[in-house]
Amino acid sequence: MGYFLFFLLAALCVGSVLGMIISKNQAYNALFLIPAFASLGGLFGLLEAPFIAVVQIIIYAGAIMVLFIFVIMMINVQKGVPPEKKKWTLYLSFGLAVVLVIELAVALKAAFTLPVSTETLKAGPVNLGRLLFTKYLYPFEITSILIIAALVGAIVLVKKKEQE
Amino acid sequence: MIPPNYFLILSIILFVLGVIAFFIKKDLLTMFMAVEVMLNATNLAFLSLARSANSIDGQVIVFFIITVAASEAAVGLAIILLVLRQKKTIKTEDIKLMKG
Repeated sequence: MGYFLFFLLAALCVGSVLGMIISKNQAYNALFLIPAFASLGGLFGLLEAPFIAVVQIIIYAGAIMVLFIFVIMMINVQKGVPPEKKKWTLYLSFGLAVVLVIELAVALKAAFTLPVSTETLKAGPVNLGRLLFTKYLYPFEITSILIIAALVGAIVLVKKKEQE
Repeated sequence: MIPPNYFLILSIILFVLGVIAFFIKKDLLTMFMAVEVMLNATNLAFLSLARSANSIDGQVIVFFIITVAASEAAVGLAIILLVLRQKKTIKTEDIKLMKG
C-alpha cells in the first residue's frame, strides 16, 4: 500500500513538473505546479512529517501559487512564446542536466544505502513546536524579522511614486 | 515502510527538472516557478534524511525553508512587476540592457 501510494504521488509530481516544462502558457504553468506541490505534501506525509505536509499544502499549494496566479492575472497573458530560433541552448541545457544528474548521484552515493530506522518518529505538532521554541528559538525569532522585512520591501517596491 | 533513499532519488530528479525548466523557459515568471520546484526538491531531501536519522531537526529546517520561500516569493514577484512596469515585458530575450 505504501509503495503504491509512493509511486502514484511521485509519478503525479514528476508528471506535473514535466507538464510545466512542456506547456507554453504561463497560467497553465502555475496551474501545473499546484498538483506537483500537493503531491509533494502527500510524500511528506509518507515520510512521517504530518505537520510539514499540512504546511506544504497550505503555504505552497495555497498561498504562494495564489500569489503567482494573482501576478499572472495582472499581466496580460500572451498566447505563448514563439518557438526559439536558437535551438542550441536547448541541447546545451539537456547536456548540463545529464552532467548534473551524474554529479548528484556520485555525491549522494553514500546516501543511497541509508539505514532504515524502523522505530516510529514522534513528529507531531507538539514535538515540533517544543523543538521550535527551545533549540531553534533564535532562528524562529529572526524569521519573524525576515517576514516583516519582506512584507515592507514588497509594498515599497510595487508602490507607485506620487507625483509632486 | 518505504526506504528513504527512494525519496532521495525522487528529490534528485525533481531538482534536475527544476534546473532544466530554469534554463529552457524564456519568461521571468516561469523561471521563478522553476526555482520553487528546486526548493521543494531540497525539502524532500531534508525530510528523507531526517527520517533515516530518526530525528525531527530536519523537519524544523524544512519549516524555515518554507517560510523563507514564502517571503522570497513575495519580494521576487514585486521585482517582476517592477520590471514589467519599466520594460513592458517579462521575456528574458527582450531584457538586454547589459548585453554587449
